[in-house]
Amino acid sequence: MTQNLLNIPVFQPEDDSPCCGSSVAPPADVSERAGYTICRFVDGFVDTGAGLVPRVATHLTWRDRIGAAKVRLGAWRDSYLVSPGLYCVGDPGQESPVLVTANYKLTFDSLRRELSTQDVWILVLDTRGVNVWCASAHKTFGTDELLQRIETSELGKVVNHRRLIVPQLGASGVDAQAIKSASDFEVVWGPIRAGDIPQFLADANKADAAMRKLTFTLAERLVLAPVELAMTIKPTLLILVVMLVVSGLGPGFFSLGVAWPRWLFFATALLVGLLSGVVLVPALLPWLPFRAFYLKGILVALPTAAGVIFWFGSSFWPEVVAQVLICLTASSYLAMNFTGATPYASPSGVEKEMRRAIPAQIVMTLVAVALWVANPFLG
Amino acid sequence: MKGFRYIDGVATLALNEDVCIGCGNCGTVCPHSVFTLVSGKARIVDHDGCMECGACANNCPVTAIAVTPGVGCASYVIQKWWMDLRGKEGPITCC
Repeated sequence: MTQNLLNIPVFQPEDDSPCCGSSVAPPADVSERAGYTICRFVDGFVDTGAGLVPRVATHLTWRDRIGAAKVRLGAWRDSYLVSPGLYCVGDPGQESPVLVTANYKLTFDSLRRELSTQDVWILVLDTRGVNVWCASAHKTFGTDELLQRIETSELGKVVNHRRLIVPQLGASGVDAQAIKSASDFEVVWGPIRAGDIPQFLADANKADAAMRKLTFTLAERLVLAPVELAMTIKPTLLILVVMLVVSGLGPGFFSLGVAWPRWLFFATALLVGLLSGVVLVPALLPWLPFRAFYLKGILVALPTAAGVIFWFGSSFWPEVVAQVLICLTASSYLAMNFTGATPYASPSGVEKEMRRAIPAQIVMTLVAVALWVANPFLG
Repeated sequence: MKGFRYIDGVATLALNEDVCIGCGNCGTVCPHSVFTLVSGKARIVDHDGCMECGACANNCPVTAIAVTPGVGCASYVIQKWWMDLRGKEGPITCC
């Protein structure tokens, strides 16, 4: 007899000796299902009134960390998810709390890692692999999905109570009153951060003021930079290829000898501008003047653009103006794009800012390109 | 969120205090402490702190709160403008 995930004794032949050239695999576990594989983060199953519920580990493995690093770097972001449905941690019973979350694996992982001392149920909604807040804005973390998931997971058979702890940032998508009237489950608004959940549960489902308020620390701001940068790779490469051709155009039609140093200058100005917008703006965000992000982007790129000009030692004014404008525009555009990553930019504010920013950025780009093309003919 | 303030005077948030029953839901779900309860009624104490996430209006049992919810995301707005410009409708990828 061997132990398995359910601790149910199973039949095993006496003779475990190797056959057909290699050793035989252990017998199939009773929790296995034809056509399914058990996720690596599942470390057992709990038998409930609604059948077996997977129990997940509360420590993250190197696999989870590599997965997290990959999505933070901007790769495989669209398919980093877990199957929706009911999970649990520890040894929950019919009175244990039910936490609701999204099926973005980064969200799921940051929740379960905080639950090492808890016995709770976790109801994962199908948010198409998107975090709670963004998904609640798009209503995928929403009333309909939650109601459906209560139904399909047969949650009513698993727990005796009728309470769901829903993250506060899911409130844009979940209507607590509608949940109550349609399912009899009462929504209790949980804290914003998963790290506050043990304290929240210990305090009888009470969140203090700090648990209900957003933060945007330096680490929270900078962790977003690689993704923002990764999203610019394709357009940046396209611009660089086009500009390699443009850089070589001159009185002698096209010359690679002319193109290369000019292109290098352009590419440096562009990359420095991108990095200014993606790294410096988030890093210095609370201390930068101006409310509008596109202005913050221009501001931080003034010294970095000056650095590029100094490095290349240019003093020919059309070239200097063109390069400075390229650097400022790139930084301004990416700073403006950072609005979507902040937890405080209102859509009305973003639209208002963009009605000024986009025309300004278009004019700056046109002037920069015109000067850049005219440059060899002027010199 | 000290040090993080966005553009003032643009939020579409409006509260009808006559309709409000003082349940306090708005204050609970708001991530920016925009509301407070004053003698049994909700009151907006930081209108410019509103980021229009729509959590309050979504959870107001008497529809006393109105806000045009949305995503404060430049790439979303660009895609929306681009669709409008071409007179098309289609899915917008964001976040």
